[in-house]
Amino acid sequence: MNAEPQRLTVASDQDVVRVRQLVRTVAVAVKLSLVDQTKLVTAASELARNTLVYGGGGTVEVDRVDNGRRAGIRIAFVDSGPGIADVNLALTDGYTTGGGLGLGLSGARRLVDEFDIDTEPGRGTSITVTKWCR
Amino acid sequence: MERVPVLKIGDMLLVSIQVDMEDQTALNLQEDLADKIVATGCRGVIIDISALDIVDSFVGRMLATIAGISKVLDAETVVVGMRPAVAITLVELGLSLPGIRTALNVELGMALLARARFEAEGGGDAGEDDETVAAAS
Amino acid sequence: MALGTDEIGRFAGFLKEHEAALVESWSHRVADGLRGRLSQTELNRQIEELFRALSEALDGGAGTVEDPNAAELRAVLSELSRSRARQGFTSTETAVSVFALKDALLAAMDARQADAGTLRDFIAFSALIDELGLFTFASYAAAREELIADQAEELLELATPVVKLWEGVVAVPLVGTLDSARAQVVMERLLDALVTTGSPYAIIDITGVPAVDTQVAQHLLKTVVAARLMGADCIISGIRPQIAQTIVALGIEFGDIATKASLADALRHVLRLSGVDTRRNGRKDG
Repeated sequence: MNAEPQRLTVASDQDVVRVRQLVRTVAVAVKLSLVDQTKLVTAASELARNTLVYGGGGTVEVDRVDNGRRAGIRIAFVDSGPGIADVNLALTDGYTTGGGLGLGLSGARRLVDEFDIDTEPGRGTSITVTKWCR
Repeated sequence: MERVPVLKIGDMLLVSIQVDMEDQTALNLQEDLADKIVATGCRGVIIDISALDIVDSFVGRMLATIAGISKVLDAETVVVGMRPAVAITLVELGLSLPGIRTALNVELGMALLARARFEAEGGGDAGEDDETVAAAS
Repeated sequence: MALGTDEIGRFAGFLKEHEAALVESWSHRVADGLRGRLSQTELNRQIEELFRALSEALDGGAGTVEDPNAAELRAVLSELSRSRARQGFTSTETAVSVFALKDALLAAMDARQADAGTLRDFIAFSALIDELGLFTFASYAAAREELIADQAEELLELATPVVKLWEGVVAVPLVGTLDSARAQVVMERLLDALVTTGSPYAIIDITGVPAVDTQVAQHLLKTVVAARLMGADCIISGIRPQIAQTIVALGIEFGDIATKASLADALRHVLRLSGVDTRRNGRKDG
């Protein structure tokens, strides 16, 4: 019953903008509240930029989900970059290797309901986030 | 590459961000503003973000950098029109934009700049001299 | 347990044959259970509608309540449960409206001097009626839950007014326990009000909040920080002595956020900040 997942390639700045726009469209379609839409799009923006900057580009897949009680959105960010050696450290506020504010990963985690990260040095990084309707 | 226009109004610069900016556009804006502050001698910068439906850490950093640059160039920056949902998200994200002055709308932002200038100049007459210099340059 | 095709046919036939008597005795029994809280006309209409829907479902070959041909029947049952739930009937009273059909059937069969076959049919029919009853029960519960959710939402709306106190000053008087969902609504309302009224000052009055724990304090702090990001100042007022003690005991840091004992103090503070003369004998001439 779910619509087909939509996939975007992230290879440039413009693609990050496209990810934001796609996530917003889907967030509106599943009727997330305005604040939740904003949180999700912001998280997607942070993570898509990570995919581009740290992962050397990759793909983003946006999917509508339903757990029987609530509808939601699941977004997967996949890259085949260098991976993250110490996930706990990377999830610490203020930790950065890219000269940013170090809030991308840890901040994005606070903006979504579910956050899964699968990474290994040399094997790339895959982050899946989910936001449910209230 | 899209550029965000920087308008001069009186002795202030007004930037109204109307598009979902690419990261490079944000960096360009940073440069354009620095150039414009020097070129015009303006002492106040208002950045209107009421059209932005998100502010992520990149744009947050851009705002902080602009505030820092203008400070060095002796100008005060005020960010105006942040939407409630954006503010709530920034708090959750952990971005508190320290060192950035904010106001609810352009009008209040202009009032804030005028007051800041008044205070910075000791609330006295010194301001007029400065303005004459700025206008002459 | 689904009814066989033969049983469905016999059930449908039986209903047709005894329609008038069954409807009458069914309505009668339901009316007894509801003790006059529903008008007889209304009740008759419901029972007739239900009877017709059941007959049609059986004619369509539906042996269970889940059968696609029983869609209309399910709709009628849901509607019945929903209206009963909204009118304040209990779940038992609602389900009995369906189960009463069994008694009516039994009475109609007794009159014909039941043999073993008829009794077997009765048991089979009963099984279907039980299913209908359970379905009613489920719909009733769902309807009640919807009702509760609606009311909770209305309560949220009711309980958080944002009032304009002065030019450029809005206030939210918080009353009652502040849970996460409510805190979120309050936060959004207040911030929206700041934008729409262009007010650079907001006062959150917590006189009516019975207790402040770390979570509530956290929400208040987030609201204040968000308001600041937008360019508005937030003051928290109405901090009762016990609450002040809890705040200190829990080690909650309000940092540089202005807190005042009463709403009046907070308003005076704000007016002073915005340059309004608040002395009692403030000279306005000159």
